[in-house]
Amino acid sequence: MTYSRKGMSRRTLIKTGLAGVLATGVSPMIFTRGAWAQEFCNNPTGDTVTIGLNLPLSGAYAEEGADEQKAYQLAVQHLNGEGDGGLINVLTPSALKGNGVLGKKVAFVTSDSQTKADVARAGATRMIERDGAIMITGGSSSAEAVAVQGLCQEMGVIFMAGLTHSNDTTGKDKKRYGFRHFFNAYQSGIALGPVLGQEYGADRRAYHLTADYTWGWTQEESIKAATEALGWETVQAVRTPLGAADFSQYLTPVLNSGADVLILNHYGNDMVNSLTQAVQFGLRDRQANGKTFEIVTPLISELMAKGAGENVKGIFGTSNWHWNLQDPGTVAFTKSFGAAYGSPPSQAAHTAYVQTLLYADAVERAGTFYPPEVIKALEGFEFDGMGNGATLYRADDHQCMKSVLVVRGNESPTSQFDVLNVVREVPREEVDYDPTIFGGELGPAEPAPMC
Amino acid sequence: MNTALISRNDLLLFLGFTIAVLAMPIWLQPFGAAYPDLMQRFAIYGIFALGFNILFGLTGYLSFGHAAFFGVGSYAAVWSFKLLTMDAVPALVFAVVIAGLFALVIGYVSLRRSGIYFSILTLAFAQMSYNLAYSVLTPITNGETGLQLTLADPRHLDRMMGVTGGSPTLFGQPLFGYAGFYFCAGLLIVAFFIAQRITGSPFGMMLKAIKSNQTRMHYTGFNTRPYALAAFVISGMYAGLAGAMLAITDPLAGAERMQWTASGEVVLMTILGGVGTLVGPVLGAWIIKYFENIFSAFNEGILHRTFAFLPDGVEDVVVTVTSKFVGEGWHLTLGLVFVLIVVFLPGGIMEGVRRLFNWARRPASVGRASPRTQPAE
Amino acid sequence: MFEVILLQFVNGLDKGGAYALIALGLTLVFGTLGVVNFAHGALFMLGAFCAVTFQKLITLETVTVDPTQLSPWGTPVEVREPLVQAWLGDFGAVLVNYSVPFSLLLAIPVMLIVGIVMERGLIKHFYKRPHAEQILVTFGLAIVLQEIVKAIFGANPIPQPVPADLRGAADIGAMIGLTPGIITYPIWRLVYFLFSAVVIAAVFAFLRFTTFGMVVRAGMADRETVGLLGINIDRRFTIMFGLAAVVAGMAGVMYTPLLPPNYHLGMDFLVLSFVVVVVGGMGSLPGAVAAGFLLGILQSFASMTQVKALVPGIDQIIIYLVAVVVLLVRPRGLMGRRGVMEA
Repeated sequence: MTYSRKGMSRRTLIKTGLAGVLATGVSPMIFTRGAWAQEFCNNPTGDTVTIGLNLPLSGAYAEEGADEQKAYQLAVQHLNGEGDGGLINVLTPSALKGNGVLGKKVAFVTSDSQTKADVARAGATRMIERDGAIMITGGSSSAEAVAVQGLCQEMGVIFMAGLTHSNDTTGKDKKRYGFRHFFNAYQSGIALGPVLGQEYGADRRAYHLTADYTWGWTQEESIKAATEALGWETVQAVRTPLGAADFSQYLTPVLNSGADVLILNHYGNDMVNSLTQAVQFGLRDRQANGKTFEIVTPLISELMAKGAGENVKGIFGTSNWHWNLQDPGTVAFTKSFGAAYGSPPSQAAHTAYVQTLLYADAVERAGTFYPPEVIKALEGFEFDGMGNGATLYRADDHQCMKSVLVVRGNESPTSQFDVLNVVREVPREEVDYDPTIFGGELGPAEPAPMC
Repeated sequence: MNTALISRNDLLLFLGFTIAVLAMPIWLQPFGAAYPDLMQRFAIYGIFALGFNILFGLTGYLSFGHAAFFGVGSYAAVWSFKLLTMDAVPALVFAVVIAGLFALVIGYVSLRRSGIYFSILTLAFAQMSYNLAYSVLTPITNGETGLQLTLADPRHLDRMMGVTGGSPTLFGQPLFGYAGFYFCAGLLIVAFFIAQRITGSPFGMMLKAIKSNQTRMHYTGFNTRPYALAAFVISGMYAGLAGAMLAITDPLAGAERMQWTASGEVVLMTILGGVGTLVGPVLGAWIIKYFENIFSAFNEGILHRTFAFLPDGVEDVVVTVTSKFVGEGWHLTLGLVFVLIVVFLPGGIMEGVRRLFNWARRPASVGRASPRTQPAE
Repeated sequence: MFEVILLQFVNGLDKGGAYALIALGLTLVFGTLGVVNFAHGALFMLGAFCAVTFQKLITLETVTVDPTQLSPWGTPVEVREPLVQAWLGDFGAVLVNYSVPFSLLLAIPVMLIVGIVMERGLIKHFYKRPHAEQILVTFGLAIVLQEIVKAIFGANPIPQPVPADLRGAADIGAMIGLTPGIITYPIWRLVYFLFSAVVIAAVFAFLRFTTFGMVVRAGMADRETVGLLGINIDRRFTIMFGLAAVVAGMAGVMYTPLLPPNYHLGMDFLVLSFVVVVVGGMGSLPGAVAAGFLLGILQSFASMTQVKALVPGIDQIIIYLVAVVVLLVRPRGLMGRRGVMEA
């Protein structure tokens, strides 16, 4: 059983739509699977190929969206042979030639996803139906990623996910047409556990505040598993509503709970707020069970660290990538992003940029835009040079397997961008896991659905 | 449809509306909006606003929680797909019934109060639904990720009939692309017809009487509550229908559909178009959805191409200025449109249309605005 | 258990005070002047950004570019020299340290002007227009204000410092003779609570005990008669609106250390403010304050694990649940006046 939207091409639809109205006023349902059908959805016929960027340009994650957009623009320039070429020069192996993709110039269309699954799907549909996008990419939440990925599977368009950290994206809800470069909550747990053990010892009592929705739960579960493996005890795990703004009523019970570590499973503004407020509650000046009280934020980004300001100093978390790494890929990307925009890129920008290049490279290697072939080229692709060390696009769940960074809030930042320090680069082998543990089914690649 | 029972003006309006809706793929072409997904949304949110207007426009009760019924409709439709069949009809019926029951309960409680107290009661119920759907009701709503179809759905009726296929159908006919649009357009026309009949009926008169002076109605011995409740339930069913249609054209139901911003959106649509008019709310819905989907998509690349005919320096300035109002700045334009419309056209867009008509009919009395006929309260 | 409950109660008071203060500006415009002001959240947000602006102004730096050194992203390293300290020495340092309270000095005139311009330019024409149109125009205005702030400051939250002496938590348990280290509470939250109390009392006294307040209240009840008495009621309404904007702005300024502000901040507090005002009862200032405390305290207790174990998800809906119960038991909220926005 497939979720195909078998139908007609966009152009055909417009023609028959008009004909239907003009001739009979009856809907043209009878014309499905017409003789004009393309071989696959949005097969680029001219000398350009269009990709669709689904970005949160308004709402709480607008800054992340703006950063992703900059990265995509840069990626498109580099693919078309403009600018300094960025990571094209360091990707190995690479089939990219710097003359577009399969000789076609790359163009892009954008859509404001507002970080809402509904709106993101509507935007993706528009870019596929109206603008003829061959690939959809972007996003800043797992709900968006899962929703758009499901749509892309039905439409037969490849989706290169942006920022999404939930285990579900390449677990329970994985899709054949969806690919994720970003790491996930489970890997955060595996990476963070040993560092926490080393820094804070094996005898700790943890209190979790968790965003009360799917991503928060998966992260809580992953971090719990990792810390309990160290010998930590979980005192309490409390769910907090999304967008609570003031978390004080959840922080007061922490004070006398007997816990000596607070773990904040929040993201974005929730994290900025809960961390700021937790520090104000004097938690970090507190002694509990004879130890200094600590706060941990398992997933953190530069933008969140900036928003939390002073309060993030000395706090541990994990990141997908950081501009301060010293490998050639990172140096090259930071340099070309900085030259274009005057600031270092965020991890969201990095993942957006890399996803675009990886897609283009896969098309070059496949020699066609035909999605099932591109999927085959991406599945099991082993590459290096993109700033995360040797990386594998795992065939079983379309998750990129690469090193994960454990970061810590910088105690003495030298600039407004220098907010996080990389403490440890956890190698890929350590954050490896069995793809079957989260269930889910990729579904078929062929026959390629027709949008 | 008995034409003897329908006034000539109503009939003309209905026919005009029908033609405009069916011809959308033609006249929306120059606006870049003639693709099935957006036109479906036009129809869906048109129905939502039409229904909302039955409550707000006729009785004057301003509900700030109508998104709850929309969301419940979506969830009900997706559950119908999951449990019963991929056919659209059971999903629609199921959604309308559930949304109606939900509206009956909430309406029964909320209508014990009037004015702003009523608004806050409806808001509170909708926000409770949203918060719970996002978190503790995840087993039913699938929370953050939204309720989706899966390969493992039981789909009992389809199994019995031996039907396979994973997307919504209407009697076996798949509903995507233009088929989906005409399906939605047909429902919009039917919904419009019903709304028109309600407005003109004695029941509609009663509702308008509630709006103009509820106390007098009480003194004349009428119990207005059942009428208001009926209007509330009908408009909740409209919202449920619209929610189900959104789930049919795109089988996913997310909790954010019930958030207060979604309730606020339908309020804005109705006021923008013209409270109490039939066509106004639909127009308001189209404008807001147009901004959300089309205006937000203009990026600098597109602007540069649009203004390429200008000299280079001028082009850059024009693009920089324009880009503040489109793309990521689309909200700014929407806000300005709200302010300008309500300042210059009290009564919304339909007031503008009315003025235009008057101006066309009596070119002699240019500039004389017609008296306001729709005090909305 | 006792200390847990006591702490939760303190937290409830704190939240209640904050809710009352945040909703206070709305009570003046919506509860008293009868304008459904959807831009109230935006005013709160503007106040918060007054603090951001002030902080940016006093931390202005002379930037000298050192072309011999390059940052990792390829731009020359900038050497920064703070200006205010260079000019004002120690006072400059105090100013930077206490930037948030000092920015009230900027926020008050700015918000007053914003309020007056808003009333004169727009709201004035809407007193007699239907509420629906008030909603549309103020909502549109809110979006415009929000987008302007986004264009200037970006979308990421901008942290504001708590003055160094007021950081961390105070041991209020020890002050009242309990075991030290049990009942501790952030000093800034206590400051905010006191600030709320002072502002609320001041506004209350202003409306209650001054001729101005009396006239405004009379104007609300019967605008025409007051006008016939030769009193310029329009100007007083304008001042009331300005006052409301100032109060909303001050609430925003002082809240910034608790919640790093971004352009979207206002929308998060809009619904809450309306709920507080309506639960308190239309047209009643004491009602709004009481509702603030009621909602704050109940929300605090509903968030306790023990309560959540009994009723799952109760902390998610408690505010709305209380609103429903109050409005069903008391038709006009806690202390609402008859006939205000009931039709």
